Amino acid sequence: MNNIKLTIDDKTVEVAPGTSILNAARTVGVDIPTLCYFKLGDMPIENRPGGCRVCVVEVEGRKNLAPACVTECTEGMVVKTHTIRALNARKTVLELILSDHPTDCLVCAKSGNCDLQALAQKMGIRQLHYTGAQSHYRKDTSPSIIRDMDKCIMCRRCEMMCNTVQTVGALSGINRGFMSVVAPAFEMDLEHSVCTYCGQCVAVCPTGALTEVDHTNAVIRALADPSKTVVVQTAPAVRAALGEEFGLEPGTLVTGKMVAALRRLGFNYVFDTDFAADLTIMEEGTEFLNRLTKFLEGDKDVKLPILTSCCPAWVKFFEHQFPDMMDIPSTAKSPQQMFGPIAKNYFAEKIGVSRKNMVVVSIMPCLAKKYECSRDEFKVDGNPDVDYSLSTRELAMLIKQSNIDFNALPDEDFDNPLGESTGAAVIFGTTGGVIEAAVRTAYELYTNKPLPRPDFVELRGLEGIRSATIDVDGFDLKIGIAHGLGNARKLLEDIRAGKSHFHAIEIMACPGGCIGGGGQPLHHGKLDILKKRQMAIYREDAAKPIRKSHENPFIIELYKEYLGKPLSEKSHHLLHTVYFDRSRSPILIKSNGKCE
Amino acid sequence: MSHIKIELKQCETDKLREICQSFNNNPGELINILHKAQHTFGYLPAEVQEFIADELKMPVAKIYGVVTFYSFFTMLPKGKHPISVCTGTACYVRGAEKVLDEVKRSLNINVGETTPDGKFSLSCLRCVGACGLAPVVMVGEKVYGRVSPDGVKDILGEY
Repeated sequence: MNNIKLTIDDKTVEVAPGTSILNAARTVGVDIPTLCYFKLGDMPIENRPGGCRVCVVEVEGRKNLAPACVTECTEGMVVKTHTIRALNARKTVLELILSDHPTDCLVCAKSGNCDLQALAQKMGIRQLHYTGAQSHYRKDTSPSIIRDMDKCIMCRRCEMMCNTVQTVGALSGINRGFMSVVAPAFEMDLEHSVCTYCGQCVAVCPTGALTEVDHTNAVIRALADPSKTVVVQTAPAVRAALGEEFGLEPGTLVTGKMVAALRRLGFNYVFDTDFAADLTIMEEGTEFLNRLTKFLEGDKDVKLPILTSCCPAWVKFFEHQFPDMMDIPSTAKSPQQMFGPIAKNYFAEKIGVSRKNMVVVSIMPCLAKKYECSRDEFKVDGNPDVDYSLSTRELAMLIKQSNIDFNALPDEDFDNPLGESTGAAVIFGTTGGVIEAAVRTAYELYTNKPLPRPDFVELRGLEGIRSATIDVDGFDLKIGIAHGLGNARKLLEDIRAGKSHFHAIEIMACPGGCIGGGGQPLHHGKLDILKKRQMAIYREDAAKPIRKSHENPFIIELYKEYLGKPLSEKSHHLLHTVYFDRSRSPILIKSNGKCE
Repeated sequence: MSHIKIELKQCETDKLREICQSFNNNPGELINILHKAQHTFGYLPAEVQEFIADELKMPVAKIYGVVTFYSFFTMLPKGKHPISVCTGTACYVRGAEKVLDEVKRSLNINVGETTPDGKFSLSCLRCVGACGLAPVVMVGEKVYGRVSPDGVKDILGEY
């Protein structure tokens, strides 16, 4: 079909049929404001309810104003985005939204990063002309996410993420008119819902309605306590995004500065979750090879494909939605939860510190990690293996509060022994990375031959579902990859239907993997930022002298000194876990009441 | 929101399953399914919504969203004889509010409530399509037209 020509603010625009005025305007540098519209690059992630009415524009020949986000361009259309009428309407709409919004920007967690605040500034709102009823809801605090619905503007971006993209279905718009709000079923606490704490709702919320639970003060207290040895671990995706909080270009690697900052904050030992990622590959990879060997020997009961289990949101997702398939994922704990018991046992013994005097803090790109470290099975007599999990955003806040000039810091190295890692561990931070790391190790352990090249570019990319066949010395290893829980669901339904032909599948809950995690600096819908973070991760991998987990000298030493071998009794005790059926079916269980 | 904890009986879940199946377990038929389920149970408690969610393989939050959006749906049990007073435009201007006040006073309940003996419950609705008979009151399926506050006593006396 031919392109459509139209005029927007006296500029000639040519777009494909079906393009909205909003998107057409963006191609010629006309940035029509919007609050509800959201799109993540060319990913199939779009929110277009046409609800906020902030994007109204004037279209020649049309009586009423047109919402630019849901009005398609037509041939010869003449659009004016900043006539007096459009501006007045936009300001009125915005003021009406603000009239039902607590104006507590000074103390709001989202201040400086809030789309509503930014728009009020952009539109020069200096006075609120409307006073009316204000919505009040009880604040809902879960282990990871805080819902403060007084600040909800009903853009429904969170609902789109939770239902369409993640297919979790924890949130829905409820009630009608002024009473409408986004909430879990029966307005129950998020904690009791099917929420996975992936945090993608927080990542797209334009206001302070959805924020993370803040543990920075607890960490500051632990750091100030002389009786505590405070150990920190940092996830791979953090180093590729933290710089953005300090004005650096997306994709700037700040590994060395991050280590230096953590040391200046007062952490006694600055370690790397990447070390535990290498450990994960040893355990998960061995588990996979065991299953594969049995399968090739003709064992019909063996569970294949094996599914990765590093992502706590993904784990909670299958516990709720696929409890009949809990024997398929690897039993290996996530790197965060492998690091905890290694620090509080192996390392604590090494340095002669008791468990109760050691505090383990993790820096994660993730909000589900907060929930994960609070799970009961990851505690010993009530003492958690990982005490606090901070998001990338919280770490930035902590650094700023401590008067550290981040950009002026020198590059420093992690401490040993739990700070040494390989390139395989670094790529855990992006979709496709965990399985690539596993393949690097599995290949060499399976064939006893050196890998011709460590890079498996066929596993990389940002397609929601990817697959690749890898030649392992004549054996065709079939790999599946999904990121975003909606994509994961598709692969799981194939497995349930007996249609899956994969040997191993990697799943990450967030679009892009951990680089796009719910705890990362906000991307505001710019997919380019995720792409740059991903490139940074692969750059760090390529620059590492060792790129295969089983070659990490400190991992080799850990097994020699302490664990024995992968899947040993000690490994099972410290590094593997069990899953719980969290499907809600109170009725199905209790439906034996007598009929009258 | 607090709701009454109930236990669905086998025959009730069978009936719900049958209702869902009669619409091919199609989530697109949710409103019709809820309509029938409410007709059967008198109301839509959380347990019924959860059961339907399982049958239709859709999030219960979405079902709750629909139930709370339409004023026709209710999560509170209705009385044996549900009374609906039309407060649509035509009925309203012909004095529906006075009729409603009289029903509230006689039964000593508010809109959305049920009498302690479970006999009557009271709700408002918007237009039953009988504006010529305004103001209109429904008790169960029976429609009463041109109701005056004085006539409320006689209507209630029928039950």
